[in-house]
Amino acid sequence: MTASLELTAGVLVIGGGPAAAWAALKAAQAGADVVLADKGYCGTSGAAASAGTGIWYVPPDPEAREKAMASREALGGYLADRRWMARVLDQTYDGVNELATAGRYPFPVVDGRPLRRGVQGPEYMRRMRIMVRRAGVRILDHSPVTELLTDTGGAVAGAAGHRLQTDEPYRVRAAAVVLATGGCAFLSGTLGCHVNTGDGHLMAAELGAELSGMEFSNAYAIAPEATSLTKTAYYSYASFYREDGSVLEGAGSTRGRSVIARALLREKVYCVLDRADAGTRQRMRLGQPNFFLTFDRLGIDPFTQRFPVTLLLEGTVRGTGGIRIVSGDCATSVPGLYVAGDAATRELICGGFTGGGSHNAAWAISSGTWAGQGAARHAAALGPAAARRSVTGAGGAGLRPTGPAGGPGEHRDVVAAVQGEVLPYEKNYLRHADRLSPALAALHDVWRAVRAGLHGTGAEAVRTRQAAAMTAHARWMYTAALARPETRGMHKREDFPAQDPGWRHRLLVGGLDEIRTRPDEVAPVGPEEFGLRAAS
Amino acid sequence: MIEVVSRERCITCDRCVEVCPRNVFDAGEDGVPVIARQSDCQTCFMCEAYCPADALFVAPLARPVPPDSPLRDEDHLAEAGLLGSYRRQIGWGSGRTPGAAVAVGPEVPGAPPPIVSRTATTERTS
Repeated sequence: MTASLELTAGVLVIGGGPAAAWAALKAAQAGADVVLADKGYCGTSGAAASAGTGIWYVPPDPEAREKAMASREALGGYLADRRWMARVLDQTYDGVNELATAGRYPFPVVDGRPLRRGVQGPEYMRRMRIMVRRAGVRILDHSPVTELLTDTGGAVAGAAGHRLQTDEPYRVRAAAVVLATGGCAFLSGTLGCHVNTGDGHLMAAELGAELSGMEFSNAYAIAPEATSLTKTAYYSYASFYREDGSVLEGAGSTRGRSVIARALLREKVYCVLDRADAGTRQRMRLGQPNFFLTFDRLGIDPFTQRFPVTLLLEGTVRGTGGIRIVSGDCATSVPGLYVAGDAATRELICGGFTGGGSHNAAWAISSGTWAGQGAARHAAALGPAAARRSVTGAGGAGLRPTGPAGGPGEHRDVVAAVQGEVLPYEKNYLRHADRLSPALAALHDVWRAVRAGLHGTGAEAVRTRQAAAMTAHARWMYTAALARPETRGMHKREDFPAQDPGWRHRLLVGGLDEIRTRPDEVAPVGPEEFGLRAAS
Repeated sequence: MIEVVSRERCITCDRCVEVCPRNVFDAGEDGVPVIARQSDCQTCFMCEAYCPADALFVAPLARPVPPDSPLRDEDHLAEAGLLGSYRRQIGWGSGRTPGAAVAVGPEVPGAPPPIVSRTATTERTS
């Protein structure tokens, strides 16, 4: 099909959240001609825009930086890399300060000093959109990408997609592409994450890129039942109860979350935020107004009244696995293809356990910056000849079935089948080979059917591709989960409850029809290794 | 999910059509946007934040509310001060202080102390 909109760019950024915005901004500042194509609207899209988040913003004081790096290494199973932590802390500090000055983000001022350790999502992304536009980036909203384009040598050469509001196909030829498409939350209903269906992971894998840390993909967030309000931090002030009012022993928002999951398998769980004193309550409202929006509208006082809670899967949005990075500029193994934000592995700074929104926000700024600059350099090196390359669409599953095409609407059944394997706590959260193995076998069956017959054109292709992307994502997750026979980070195996020192390495997964795993030969760089390097 | 587009308040600017990250609205023939794909709504409240006329209401539930729910009743919502309440809280709109400028939350305890046995009912005040 001929695209009715054909654009040429130096750098194409796919996505519209913080990482995409930083990538586009930095690529443009580096002199590249940039197009940003987002599935939704750059400014409201993605996990950050509708939330409020802390930022891993630490002033350049050696003691404070050391403390910041050390704080979550054990939780992450010592799979993080201090070289990356140090450079993310540097880059985030610069980025946040740029947001304050050039972006004029109104950070609060306390005792005469600006407080820059967090942002409100709507304000943050509104400012980012303005900065991106002012840098000369062409923004395509409501324009989901459905596949990458490659040249004859296998390098990335742009992308094709569909413009939803004008119902027309489009193509962007580009010398370099940044994937900033977010993680995958499997349409579980977690706040702002319906756009996060792992599209970038599928597109990268179709070009041969590998993924890392996909076993760290089972983050679940607490939410009031039947709502999208997955903001877990404030549940630090919560107590959890059974239907009869008795305390759910051992339940908690951090270490006790699996207790809640187990309880939810057999009964309802209730919560009251009764550990916050009056002053704290007031500050909570100021800090996260949208946390209270839901309660106010339901007529519940969360500090005094019990409300039922559930756990919603945040998958690789808050899990740390993602597309493998092969160099400091966030390049992937595919020439011309860069990755930023939650689409990329965040093991480099978090290891196997989420650092929460704070680390992901810092990572979006830093990886976005490096990927944008790296892509701009790549585009400059290729020059105008890049636009004259002969290109082919690389999309497979959901676009180009290998057998007779299935009927319209089939993508819904695929999504339901995948959700049936990844959302249940007893499969994904409380992991055991006895349940992971049959789940993975079922997902392989879904994939075979997807590959053979799932098909869509126009706007329907956006949905078939999402369904295909989620199927692939789930298979990578469970393949990696079965391949790591130990408990490390957020990956907790009931059949292997201890951490095994022999497994202190990362795990790569790749492939689509056949999935393979291999250990990452690059060792993590923890405090000991970092100390040795500094001494030598 | 998005439940209400107030015909009375709407100024037909199509801002919600533009900013909804899920493309839930279509521009209406008479200018008032139509909720065309409610099932795609992700209950993120962003359309409300951007609506300059406080004409939208997103119910806090991830499923549609029943037709007779007060969360679909525009008069009730206006009376309860819920229309435009998100925009007010984040300080968007002329003459308001951006909520971001005063967003100083508490230091959230990283690992709260273990739960001790006591009953919720004795704690309830309402």
